Amino acid sequence: MTIEAVLDDQRDQFPLGMRVLIVDDDVTCLRVLETMLHKCQYHVTATSHAFTALELLRENRNKFDLVISDVQMPDMDGFKLLELVGLEMDLPVIMLSSNGDRELVMKGVTHGACDYLVKPVRIQELKNIWQHVVRRKKVDSKDQTNSGNQDKSHIGNCGGGMANLDQNVKLNKKRKDQNEDEDDNRDEDGYDNDDPSTQKKPRVVWSVDLHRKFVAAVNKLGIDKAVPKKILDLMNEDKLTRENVASHLQKFRLYLKRISCVANQQANMMAAIGSSDSSYLRMGSFNGVRNYHALTGPGQFNNTGFRSMPLNGMIGRVNTPAGLGQHCLPSSGSIKLGHGQHPSNSILDQGLFPGNRNGSMFQGNLELDQRHSKGATSVRDLSAGINGTPVFPIPGGLSDAKLIVSRSSDAVGLTDDLILRHPRDFEGGREYVNQSSLSVAPLKSEFSAPFLDHGRLNDSWSSAAQSSAFRSNSFPSSNTRDNIPVGMSSQLRNCQFDVPSINSVSSQLQDPRTEMLIQPSAISSTAEQIIDSDPTQGWVWMDHKQDSPYHHSDAISSSMNSLMPANIPVAFDQNLDSKGTTLQRNMDFNSIGQSNFLDPLLIKFDEVERSVEASMNLKPGYTMDQRKPQGGLVSNNYGLLDDLVSAMTNQLEKR
Amino acid sequence: MERNNIRRQVALMRQSLFTQGYLDEQFVQLEELQDDTNPNFVEEIATLYYRDSCRSLQTIEKSLEKTPHDFNKLDNHMHQFKGSSSSIGAKKVKAECQQFREYCRAGNGEGCMRTFQLLKKEHATLKKKLEAYFQMARQAGPIETASRPK
Repeated sequence: MTIEAVLDDQRDQFPLGMRVLIVDDDVTCLRVLETMLHKCQYHVTATSHAFTALELLRENRNKFDLVISDVQMPDMDGFKLLELVGLEMDLPVIMLSSNGDRELVMKGVTHGACDYLVKPVRIQELKNIWQHVVRRKKVDSKDQTNSGNQDKSHIGNCGGGMANLDQNVKLNKKRKDQNEDEDDNRDEDGYDNDDPSTQKKPRVVWSVDLHRKFVAAVNKLGIDKAVPKKILDLMNEDKLTRENVASHLQKFRLYLKRISCVANQQANMMAAIGSSDSSYLRMGSFNGVRNYHALTGPGQFNNTGFRSMPLNGMIGRVNTPAGLGQHCLPSSGSIKLGHGQHPSNSILDQGLFPGNRNGSMFQGNLELDQRHSKGATSVRDLSAGINGTPVFPIPGGLSDAKLIVSRSSDAVGLTDDLILRHPRDFEGGREYVNQSSLSVAPLKSEFSAPFLDHGRLNDSWSSAAQSSAFRSNSFPSSNTRDNIPVGMSSQLRNCQFDVPSINSVSSQLQDPRTEMLIQPSAISSTAEQIIDSDPTQGWVWMDHKQDSPYHHSDAISSSMNSLMPANIPVAFDQNLDSKGTTLQRNMDFNSIGQSNFLDPLLIKFDEVERSVEASMNLKPGYTMDQRKPQGGLVSNNYGLLDDLVSAMTNQLEKR
Repeated sequence: MERNNIRRQVALMRQSLFTQGYLDEQFVQLEELQDDTNPNFVEEIATLYYRDSCRSLQTIEKSLEKTPHDFNKLDNHMHQFKGSSSSIGAKKVKAECQQFREYCRAGNGEGCMRTFQLLKKEHATLKKKLEAYFQMARQAGPIETASRPK
């Protein structure tokens, strides 16, 4: 039975197999709750850290149907998590607390919880929580197809004895636009595993090209004056309707708003850190340009790439505010954004060059992460960048070095996601990304295959991908990537024996790139650490073991640097404005930022990816080929990409 | 015969835990979750609880030693402790937690410390009783622990 079939079966039997994510810092409660939910025949993912939960959700919102979260948690307030989940993922969230005071319950309701449970929870209370999922889905489908009136009446019908009926109405009204956007997202995703009652409209895939056109149109009109009709006219696309553009514009605006908030935070932070280097300014402006385009990534990245900190801290910085671009403009005459207005957050000067700021920038990133809920991995963005897909960069989460294996899977997963969303764009890069996305989960298969036989590199990669896909069969999911974070603990346990093999494998390669292969061993050792240190609570292992691997990877970062150029330019190129000067700066930036860039990225998966790349680089031509589709994607619009890519490749091969 | 005797003893032990107020309904919930796929669930949860709660108690104890008392922090710690205690149905422990929190809210440091000592005592007593209960239950065989005489 394929994974997809399993997933479908479970869906059909709803509420059986409903996927619940539970978050509670108290391990006893968590365990009890998890067991109870299992008893109700739900599919449960448990974590004791709110940030892990957020990560999991951001990685793929469609992987969960419902979230249950404790109110009082040390790393993040439960209400905050509730808000974020509601905003970003629009999933029903149930609050959980041992305190049942009326004020708290009210607070839960006003923050958007669809229910509030008081500990200790009895299993009877959990048997009916599926109703929240159904209600939400019905509301969503109504939003998508009808007006708000129908929503209200529908909610009224299925409100039942729910005290939060009003809240639902309010929620739905408030979320109506977001729902629409979310639904459009889902439509565009190509994922059709949502509520079957959702009406299917002809899908508009916001491809890279399309989005670029959109952004160009918006820029021309000015972000404030951009109206869907005019944008549509400017874009001159046949199959696009005004509604498509409207919803995309909405998402885009939301995104800008969000990053402007983040940018403000960053500005404060960066102001503290300070950066007066003129080169920074240049780079910043460059990034601004680049990032503006990056900002206009396809809508579906809203949830995932949205919070991602681009690999390059600099990119991340720049990306945050479109306002950066604005600020950049005056300071860099050579860069012509051609944009109208941007949300004016002049963070540009500050924090643009994490590269040169090493620790401070990373700290900055960390701060930002913490402030902004450590959502995403920069690796993720990198992956996205590598694939040439513009993402909505957000200086969100470099601190995800913590989530070692899961992070990398997330990061790569996103790439995978991107690929799936833009199949035609990423045809060439797909295999590459798939492989790397699976690279950590089946550690052994991934590494041994390519390392052992370079000639059959491609085949072994795809077979490794296949094998890992089936390995994760235990978790119903149509996307192997999905399995990785959730099932990571079990897979890691499985891989425990595989891990040492990586060490032996890595020693097999004797070329300058062996230093890259340190990474697998690093990964393996860290993976071992991860596994060993948390035998009983496999599901919470993700968050605990950050420190040692992180430090461990410090040693490797230099070796990683050599690979950075390969990645960065691709990421940059995507957002590159067609100016040769900016390209040049990009290169400079790469060299500057590499060491720092890597520091935050000492995520194991990142290393894995590097090693993957290393193996890829064994066949220089292969590398180029891999890059080509991505480059080709961009080069249509940016003629300088090829030059950059070849330059990068040369750099790589020199090592 | 021996087995039956043990089983009877186990049942009696269990009953007394309830009648004496050491455990409440939540414990029964846990028992109901125990089945073939999870044969030692209740004991596992209890073990998990004790491991976790010991740490919590140490934290609270340290906080209590610092004067002036940070009642907010104490309250937060105790809130969490109360939550996990209620999850296994530790009735008396939970009651002491509640008392502690009330003293915290009143800013009564003395009351807090007194209650904390009581709490520790209850915590330890329950631990001993549960250990004895589980041990006997294991001797009796799997059937006994899953039963729910009512």
